[in-house]
Amino acid sequence: MRIVVLVKPVPDPGEERLGDDGRLDRSVSAVINGNDEYVLEAALKLVEAHGGEVTLLSMAPAGITDPIRKALAMGATRAVLVTDPALAGACSWSTTQVLAAALRTLEYDLVLAGADTSDGGGGVVAAGVATLLGLPYLSHARRIEPFDGGVRVERLSAAGHDVLEATLPAVVVGTQLLGEPRYPSLRGIMGARSKEIAVRTLAEIGLADRPVGGAHATTALLAARRPAPRGSGRVVRDPDPVAAASAIVDFLVERRAL
Amino acid sequence: MGGEIWVVGEVDAAGALTKLSGEAATAARALGEAGGREVTGIVVAPEPDGAAASLAAFLPTVLAVRAPEMARRAAAAVVAARIVALAAAAQERPAYFVLSATPDGRDLAGMLSVLLEIGVIVNATGLTWDAAADGVPAGPRVEMQPFGGRVLTSSGFTGERGIILLRPNMVTAEPLAVPGSVEECTTGEVVDLPLVRVIERVVTESPGPSIEEARVIVAGGRGVGGPDGFAGLRELAGLLGGAVGASRAAVDAGWIDYATQIGQTGKTVKPAVYLAFGVSGAIQHKVGMQTAETIIAVDRDPDAPIGEFADLFVVADLAAVVPALAAALRARAG
Repeated sequence: MRIVVLVKPVPDPGEERLGDDGRLDRSVSAVINGNDEYVLEAALKLVEAHGGEVTLLSMAPAGITDPIRKALAMGATRAVLVTDPALAGACSWSTTQVLAAALRTLEYDLVLAGADTSDGGGGVVAAGVATLLGLPYLSHARRIEPFDGGVRVERLSAAGHDVLEATLPAVVVGTQLLGEPRYPSLRGIMGARSKEIAVRTLAEIGLADRPVGGAHATTALLAARRPAPRGSGRVVRDPDPVAAASAIVDFLVERRAL
Repeated sequence: MGGEIWVVGEVDAAGALTKLSGEAATAARALGEAGGREVTGIVVAPEPDGAAASLAAFLPTVLAVRAPEMARRAAAAVVAARIVALAAAAQERPAYFVLSATPDGRDLAGMLSVLLEIGVIVNATGLTWDAAADGVPAGPRVEMQPFGGRVLTSSGFTGERGIILLRPNMVTAEPLAVPGSVEECTTGEVVDLPLVRVIERVVTESPGPSIEEARVIVAGGRGVGGPDGFAGLRELAGLLGGAVGASRAAVDAGWIDYATQIGQTGKTVKPAVYLAFGVSGAIQHKVGMQTAETIIAVDRDPDAPIGEFADLFVVADLAAVVPALAAALRARAG
C-alpha cells in the first residue's frame, strides 16, 4: 500500500507570531503539525501491517526541513517538498491547488492528512485536494482500515461515529484518536539523514502559469493587534475545602455567573 | 446590488437545525443589511422541511433541497454538489457563503472553494461589512483569534467572493419579527463527486449541551486522578448547567471521551466560565480555552502554568474541593 501523508511544518505552538508584513513568521522553530503526526503514525502502522511505503508531501519555505527529517526518522520512506518563493503568503485555495498538482506527479493508494493545523490553518485543504483529484473524501477519522480495493473509516460525528466506505485511491483526514505518534528511534534518526527529500518548484509540478501563490491570494490580512491582557488573577492558597468552595462561589457571583 | 450571501444550514442527527446555523444566519443577515445584499438560506437534507422552517425564523428566504441520497452517502459531497447546481442555476452567482465552523462545514468549504474557485476564511469570531480599503474591495471583514487568541486579526477577500466559517457562540441568534418563507427546490446535476458510502451510524453521545456551545465548562486534567474523578465534575457541570471538558492528558489516559478534549488537537471553546480542575495549563490546552471570559482553576501545584492566566487560582487538593463546591452550589439552589 502506497500512502502519501500531507505534512505541514508549523511554528512551535505558543511561539507563533506575525511578521511586519502581517504574514505568519515561519522563521521561528518549526515542528510537524500535531494532527499530522497522528495520521503519519496511522500510515506507518498501515504499511507495517500491509506492506508498502509512506511518502511525505509538504509545501513549505526551502529552509524548513527539520520537521520533515523528524517525520522521516519516524519511519517515512521519502519526502517531497514543494517550495517556491512565489508561495510565500499563499492562501488555502492556492495551497490546495499546489498539493493536488504535486499529488498528480506521485503514485499512491491513499492520501492522509491531519484534521487541522495549529498555525491558524482551517482544515479545509484536504477536502479541496480530494475534489480536484476526483477522489473520495473521508474526514474526521478515528480509525482507518483498508480492505480489498477500498478503505473503511470510522468518522467522528456529533452523536458518535459513522462507518464510511469508499474505493481506493481516496483521501482520508484523521484525528488524534488514531493513536499516539511514535518517537523516532536512534536508528531512525541516523537512517533519515540519507533519505531523499525531493524538492519541487511550482514549474516542476506544472503550475508555472497558474495564478497560485502570495500574489494571487484570495484573502488578505488587514489588521492585527494583541488582545488586552487578562490582568493578574486572584490567588487563594491552601484554603480548607469549605473556604475554597466559598471563594469560587463568591467569584462566580462577582462575575455574574451565578 | 451585488451577488447574494448564502447561508447553508446544518442538520443534526435527529434532522433538526443546529444552534450554530441560527447564529450563522443572524450574522449573514447583519452582513446583508450593511452591504445591501440579499441573504438566502439553504438546507440540504433527506427530509429538509423542518430544519428549513427553523432557518426561515432567521432569514426571509430559505431553499429546502430534498436529498434522499444523504441517508447513505457522506454529507459533504452531496451538499457541495447541490450547492454548485443551485449556484449554476441562479440568475447571479452567489458572492459570499456563511457556513458553520464544524467538521461538516470545513469539508463543505474545502469542496466549494475549488468547485467555485473562491477563497475561504476559517474560524471567524466576528463579521462586519466595510468599504473598500487597503486594496481589498468593499465586503465582509472577518475577525479571527488565531493562535488560541494571542492575536486578534481582521481579514477580507481580495475578490468580491468568499466563504466564511463562523465559530459557535460568537453571535447571538436573533429571529426575524416575521419568519421568512421556505421554497422547496430541486437541482440538476452539475458535478458528480465520488461516492462515499455510509455503512452505519453509531450513536453513543450522552445528551447535554455540546462543549462548544456550553456557557459553563467544568474541565478536568491529569490531576483528577482517574475516571471516577470525572463523576464529581459531571455533578458540578449539572449544577452549573454546563458541560464537562478535559485536557489531552485525561483523554489519553482513557478517563473520558475525545469529544470533550479542549486544546490544540481537540476543540477550541469560548465559554462565559471555565472551571479547570487538575489542569496544568500547558500551551496545548491553553490555546483551546484562553479566550474564556472567566477562568477559575483549582490545582495542588502552586507553580502550575494555569495559575498565570486564571482569574481565580485556588491552590488546593481538588478531591476535597469538588464535593465541597457541589455542596455549596446545592445549598445555594436550595
